[in-house]
Amino acid sequence: MTGARVRSMLKDAGLTVFVAAALGVFIVGFRTIDVGSTKGLSFDYQFVDLVVALVVIFFGRLGLSLAAEGSRWPAAALGTGMIAAGLSPLTLPSTFLHWFLGLGGVLIVIRTIWLWAADATTSARQFQFGARLGRVGTRSLGALLLAIAVVLPLTPFADQKTMDLAVLILTYVMLGWGLNIVVGLAGLLDLGYVAFYAVGAYSYALFSTQFGLGFWIVLPIAGMMAATFGLLLGFPVLRLRGDYLAIVTLGFGEIIRLIILNWFDLTNGPAGIGSIPGPTLFGAVFAETAPPGQRTFAEMMGVPFNGDQRLVFLYYIVLALALVTNLFTQRMRRLPIGRAWEALREDEIACRALGINPTNIKLTAFAVGAMFAGFAGSFFAAKQRFISPESFVFIESAIILAIVVLGGMGSQIGVVLASVLLIGLPEWFRGLGSYRMLAFGLAMVLIMVFRPRGLIARREPSVRLHPVVARGES
Amino acid sequence: MAYFSQQLINAITLGAIYGLIAIGYTMVYGIIGMINFAHGEIFMIGAFISLVCFMLCALLGIGSAPVAIILVLVVAMAFTAVYGWAIERLAYRPLRGSFRLAPLISAIGVSIALQNYVQLTQGARPKPGGDIVSGGYNLFSADGFDVRVTWLQIIIVVVTVALMAGFTWLIAHTPLGRQQRACEQDMKMAALCGVDINRTISLTFVMGAALAAVAGMLFLMYYGVIDFFIGFLAGIKAFTAAVLGGIGSLPGAMLGGLLIGIIEVFWAGYFSSEYKDVAVFGILVLVLIFRPTGLLGQPEIEKV
Repeated sequence: MTGARVRSMLKDAGLTVFVAAALGVFIVGFRTIDVGSTKGLSFDYQFVDLVVALVVIFFGRLGLSLAAEGSRWPAAALGTGMIAAGLSPLTLPSTFLHWFLGLGGVLIVIRTIWLWAADATTSARQFQFGARLGRVGTRSLGALLLAIAVVLPLTPFADQKTMDLAVLILTYVMLGWGLNIVVGLAGLLDLGYVAFYAVGAYSYALFSTQFGLGFWIVLPIAGMMAATFGLLLGFPVLRLRGDYLAIVTLGFGEIIRLIILNWFDLTNGPAGIGSIPGPTLFGAVFAETAPPGQRTFAEMMGVPFNGDQRLVFLYYIVLALALVTNLFTQRMRRLPIGRAWEALREDEIACRALGINPTNIKLTAFAVGAMFAGFAGSFFAAKQRFISPESFVFIESAIILAIVVLGGMGSQIGVVLASVLLIGLPEWFRGLGSYRMLAFGLAMVLIMVFRPRGLIARREPSVRLHPVVARGES
Repeated sequence: MAYFSQQLINAITLGAIYGLIAIGYTMVYGIIGMINFAHGEIFMIGAFISLVCFMLCALLGIGSAPVAIILVLVVAMAFTAVYGWAIERLAYRPLRGSFRLAPLISAIGVSIALQNYVQLTQGARPKPGGDIVSGGYNLFSADGFDVRVTWLQIIIVVVTVALMAGFTWLIAHTPLGRQQRACEQDMKMAALCGVDINRTISLTFVMGAALAAVAGMLFLMYYGVIDFFIGFLAGIKAFTAAVLGGIGSLPGAMLGGLLIGIIEVFWAGYFSSEYKDVAVFGILVLVLIFRPTGLLGQPEIEKV
């Protein structure tokens, strides 16, 4: 490596630090804190943090440009050094800076390994065996995950915390699969998906608390309610082009939330609806004592009562619901309507020329997606037993969208991986705490920049007129 | 009548702030055809930088309000512009030429990240901004009701009008404005004619961010309280304003901002303040359905 290149790299890193300093000086450097109502605000100076962060940024930028230039060993060494420094007992002003340093190192190392990994996979694909292994791996991954999901409650790992998390992840998997129909297959960016989730949840909450209907009766009704909303909202707006549609769906999502928040007589406003009954198994409730006229699951099976039974039951319900969503999508993709969705995603004008009515096709995708959100919503209400408008804010839509995008739009298995990554990891790393959403937003940007097609990047149409021969899937 | 006049004055003030934010949306959309979803967050950052600067002014003993306001205006515009530049450079430029929705998704990521960044560094509680300018002028009294215009409202309208006039001149008469208009019409052709496209797009983001910073400062002075979440609603309303006026059109953004301000204030004043946001979203939906090009926009021809 010549001196000139090193110098230009250093200059580049220096400029980055300069920009970062301009970004951080007011927002990070001066923390405004309340000092009682009379005196207003005062400053808490955080310049040490700022300087440490700037040093980390300097080395981070240096490492990334080293990796980009192809000097793998120095970059890897720098990255490992940063990880070590982040993990070391070295006292930095805040824990966040440890994370910042460590994760910066991880980023550099990933960036470096990427080069090697890309080389390795490319050379592996050259051979028949490698290519076949890749295909088999992708296919059996789904079966493997399914097997793990089915036996999970029976394994010794299944304590209450794990099961709670598993139910949460599966809820998001189901929502992700539902949204995948709209975003991944039909190519419509829906930023208000959580509205249909809310419709499902409130349908179940109201039908069960006001009319005493059970979960299994309301489930299809909630799905239908959500689908009806999907049709009603979709009908006027689906003629709009991509990003306009995104903003309008966002607007609708907010309108529904605001109506739920303010229609006090129906929804009890911000206080929410409580004591929603849980789902039953052939009429048996999951509780220690049954309400009059019903019996508990423990009595029915003749086993002692255990609080985990309810959780396991919920787990299997959501697993079944998610699998139904998946199966439905897979079958739809083989029907003319599913093919039309994908065709529409690829080229709307060509579709119109072929006599496909784009609005109707989009409307079905929208309604089907909404229906699954409605199912998920009523499951959510039955699981939580309490719902309020707080649960249905825009950020939820963004999380579900992030799952679909990260997984690779249109890929079913990608949604599962992305849910485990985005929902599971932050729950395990409670230490990250409030930094979770920050990392979340940054991850969305990074994925778009480095892997815009997602983790499992397969956007192949289900059917082709002239099959492409072994062009190396990527 | 008096109530109506008072509401109208308030509406114009609010509309001026929305108009300033809307310009950022409309310029970026005009030049690269993307909705800069993070623009609301830039406005929020501008408001926070202004808050810190006002406090620094007080700390340094700058007592005179006009000096402080001009100082804060310049500093906030400069430092918020860096945010606009950095976001474009890091999150949008690598995606140019990717599929259509990629920049929008990236922008949502930026928006979430910026909100949480400010929440973490500045805390989640609302920040009182204190009153920098107080007092006002009684226009007339009718039906036992004083119609009053505050100095602050006058400042807001004057600053907005001055900036918009300067800005329109910039677009119409300077080489930079000419380059921007060229990029807007045909980016490839502009590049062939020697226009530095990357620089032009960066400067568009810088200008949009600077105007959003002004809006942030005025918002802070007008409402006296800000938190990390103000960017979301203000951003959507300003976007609605840009769409209503015709996205891509500068006078349209100003007109749209004014109309949205009027709709919001009058809805809150005459119907219900709970549903004022629903009214604005409703307008957005109606405009997009019945007149997607907005009031002053040109229809877009989709080519194969």
